Parts: sequence; C-alpha cells; structure tokens
Amino acid sequence: MAHFTKATSVKDWLNQRLAIEKVEKVLASEYWIPKNINFLWAMGMVLVVTFVFLLVSGLFLLMYYQANIETAFYSVNFTIMREVDFGWLWRHVHGVAASVVFLIMYIHMFTGIYYGSYKKGREMIWISGMLLFITFSAEAFSGYMLPWGQMSYWAGMVITNLFSGGSLHADGLVEWIRGDYVPAQAFLTRFFMLHVVLLPLAIIGLIGLHFAALRIPHVNNQDGEELDFEAESKKYLAGDKAGSKVMRFANDFMSKDMMVVGVYLIFFFYLVFYNYGFAMDPVNFDPADGLKTPTHIYPEWYFLWSYEILRPFSIDIGLIAFAFAQVIFIFLPFLDRSPNSVPANRRGLFKFWFWGMLVDMIILTSMGKLPPEGIFSTIGLIAALVFIAMWIVLPLITKNEKQVQGEIDEK
Amino acid sequence: MKNDSRRGFMGKAFGAVAAVGAIGSFVAMKKSWDPLPSVKAAGFTTLDMSVYKENKLVTEKWRGKPIFILKKTAEMVAKQTEEQKARDIVIGDAHFMVSIGLCTHLGCIPAYKESDEAFKCACHGGEFDFSGEVTKVPPPRALDIPPFRIDGNTLVLGEVGPEYTAMKETGITL
Repeated sequence: MAHFTKATSVKDWLNQRLAIEKVEKVLASEYWIPKNINFLWAMGMVLVVTFVFLLVSGLFLLMYYQANIETAFYSVNFTIMREVDFGWLWRHVHGVAASVVFLIMYIHMFTGIYYGSYKKGREMIWISGMLLFITFSAEAFSGYMLPWGQMSYWAGMVITNLFSGGSLHADGLVEWIRGDYVPAQAFLTRFFMLHVVLLPLAIIGLIGLHFAALRIPHVNNQDGEELDFEAESKKYLAGDKAGSKVMRFANDFMSKDMMVVGVYLIFFFYLVFYNYGFAMDPVNFDPADGLKTPTHIYPEWYFLWSYEILRPFSIDIGLIAFAFAQVIFIFLPFLDRSPNSVPANRRGLFKFWFWGMLVDMIILTSMGKLPPEGIFSTIGLIAALVFIAMWIVLPLITKNEKQVQGEIDEK
Repeated sequence: MKNDSRRGFMGKAFGAVAAVGAIGSFVAMKKSWDPLPSVKAAGFTTLDMSVYKENKLVTEKWRGKPIFILKKTAEMVAKQTEEQKARDIVIGDAHFMVSIGLCTHLGCIPAYKESDEAFKCACHGGEFDFSGEVTKVPPPRALDIPPFRIDGNTLVLGEVGPEYTAMKETGITL
C-alpha cells in the first residue's frame, strides 16, 4: 500500500503521485547518448518538430476545409487562401512540411544505412522506422486527395487502380476502396477520415514504438562501436564527464540537437515564405474533372523513384517490381548478412552498394519526373533493373565481407 | 485445479463471444465501404448514334467514366484486320469504335490524335490504334468496351444486348 505524506511543495506532491523526477531521469537526464556522433544524429528531432508543424497547421486547416466534392476545391483555394486571416500560412506550412518531411526521412534512412544502425539489436528501430515511412506515404497520399484538384483526382484514380492487381482484374476491390466506379464523394470522405484520424493515430503509435525500440540498444555512433552504456553512464555520474563516452540526452545532447533544429527552421521557413511553389503543383489548381486527364501525371517528388520502377514494365511485372520496391527496405537487417556494423566506407563492397543505391534512387527520381519517352524511358528501365539487381546481390556481397568489428572495438 | 479449469472455461467462453463479435464487426465494416445503392442504381446512358462525324472523337459519360465514340471512316473500315473489325459496333451501315476511355494500364484518359488515327496516353506512354487495340505497352489489353444494347439508331450503355454478350464470350472485351 502506497504511503502518502503531507507534501512539502507542488513538486513533492506530484512526485508522490506521478514520480515525475524518476520519469524525467528515465526519459531525459539519464537517457544516455554516445558522444561520438555528428549532426546527422539530429534528424530524429528535426522529424519530430516537422511532425508537430504538420499537426498544428493541419488543425487550423481542418477548421475551414470541407470534405465535399462540390466545395472542397473552393474551401481550400478560396476560403483558406483568400478569406481566412493567415490561412495561406497554415496551408503553406502544411504543404512544405509534407514535402520536407520526406527529404528528412530519406536522410535519416540513408544515415542509418551508412552507419549500419539497423543491426546488433537495432533491427526493431529500423523496422518501426520503415513502417513509419509507409504510414507517412499513405498519409501524404490521402492528404493529396483533399484539395480535389486535377492531380488529386487523377492520382487517386491511378493509385487505386494499382489494387486491381493487373491481370487479376480485381475491379470489385478497386470499387470497394473507392465506394464508387470512379473517385467521387464516398472516396473523398473516406480518405479525409484516413488523413485526419486513422493514419495520424497510427503514426503517433508507431513513433512511440520507434522510440521504445531505441531504449535497449541505444543510439548508434560514428564508428559502430559497441558501448557499455551501464559502465559509461556510471563513469559520467561519478564526475568523469570527459572520460565517459556518453552524455545525457537532456540537456547535453538536446542543446546540440536544437542547434541543428534551429538551422533547419531557418531553411524551413525560407521555403514556407519564399519558395513554397515546389510543394504546390500548378495542375492541382484546376478543379477535379473526371473527363480530362492532365497531360503529364506524376506524383510528388518523394514517390518518383518507386513510380519509375512501376513505369517501364508491362503492367504485371511493373506491379510486382513496384511492390518489391515498396517493401524491400524493411528487410534490410536480414538481407545484410555481414556481422559488421561499421560505416559503409570501411566495409569493402558494401561501400559501393551504399553509394550505388543512393545514386540509383536519385536517377530513378529524376527520370520519374520526365515524360516516358525515348532515352528517358531507357535510362529509367536500366535504373529500375539496377535497383532490383542490387537488392538481389546484397546478401551475396555482405556474406563474404571481411570482419572488421574486432579492431574497432579494441581501439 | 478446479479454479484453473474454471478460468480456462471463462477464457474460452470470452474468446468465443469475442470471435463472433469480431467477425460480425468486420462484415459490417466491409459492407460500410461498399458503393451505396444510389451509386450502383444510377448509370444508364442513351446515345443517339446518328450525330457523330467520321474520325472525330467524342467523349460521352457513363457511370462517371469517359466513353470514347469514334465513327470510323470508309478507309479505316476497309483497311482494318479481322481482329479490329470484331470490336466494331455496327449501327445501320456505320461502324463505331465505342470503349471506356480509360487506359487499361492504370486508368488515365488517352488522347486521340486524328492525324495518326491513334490514342496516346501521357501517363505511362501506352498507345492504342483507332479500334482501341494496344500498339505500345504498358497497357495489358485493348480498351474495354462498356456493356451496351443496340436499339434502332440509339445505343444504351449499361444494358446488355446480344452483340455485347457475343463480344464478352469471344473475349474481345472483359
């Protein structure tokens, strides 16, 4: 039976009931971060900040947005943009953040790949992170439907058609997803529900899982060194701050983290105020019209690489390649057969795999934006084949990799 | 022991109740996402076929989808292969290409180029000839023909006539 005494202060009163001091230690001041890291370790916090921007700007948009096929377009382009004071700010913050969040996610992902941060007990961090990426993709797609412009409509048409499974002709499934033969009222309202309730809940839950997955293996460091966090933290608490290889999450690490966030915010608001156009497709400023396809349909930049893997093949092979590209990153911890969790540049052939994958995805992204004609089709096809081939050879090249872990740990 | 078996029974009893409830709610959730009866019931389009001009594509609307109507020229009729001819809808002595104007790849609307007598899709590069057959992938099959019934000089979309049944049976359309 818990025993409560007369509180000596508000803090003591709360401490007796909520153990706030202990919670603060567990979450912040005695949550240990390696010292041997660089600015790329701040991307998690940058993502948290961007997600908060999306949430807050989304709440304000939600107050004026109308999920009705007759009024949705005008509620965004007239009511929010012209009538609501500062409505443009919420829309531009929301649009820019939705685009930039993917840029940061890609940096975060490739940082993890480069430093081998998906191995040695960190597999769940990687898997929960990839689930977040997939849920964010669904969130971005459902949100793209809401202004009900031409790109909304036709992206909705094309993406829902993917579920017919090519030669399987599962048209019933497509009509079930849409609630109509074509994207119409039922479609808009259900994607509105997904965008503002179900998917954000899933994202918040997955962020919790992602953080929880970090607690036991802790954050990786620049050398992939296996740290004894117990011993290093004792050293720190005993006063040997310089000799310890770890530091407190707060305020030590947070102060550096927020410094990077500060630089990021300047970049972010530069985009919001002066360069938001990249996040606002001009074609989507025409209201949805089911009888007119825009000349070029392309997704937002962050989906272009997987779109380009779909495009050069006949429908069935294209769908299989597309599905492969969507899920393959999740399996990275198991396809990389090497025991080394060190930076890619110390890992023999994997070094070339890493940079090759990065360059191939940039090529796929640029080809996806161009019309599917002539030389661009060919480059796109080759890049798509290279993407698939690289994932097939990954287990082979990593299996024969020389072990380098020992030397690092002894250093 | 007695307690354990009692708990075991209660656990199984709850499991059974929960399973029935879960199945029931999944049925309800699935059905709530189905197209509404009003959506399903709407959608018969009647077209007067005497108004169309040769080699001029007209786009009509049926169930929210674009329907291509192309009256073929005499040269087109003369030069077409048996396969192309099998897709014709003949009313009087006029030959029509009638199809759902959505690319069979992922559903964009291909544009008709009169000079080439061909449809080109901007989304993923697919091409179709004047009778709707594929001339360039990715589309997996010719443009789909909507259910139709010929009624004198008019065409009723959404109803099934003998000509459409024949096309379906021979695999000309899905």
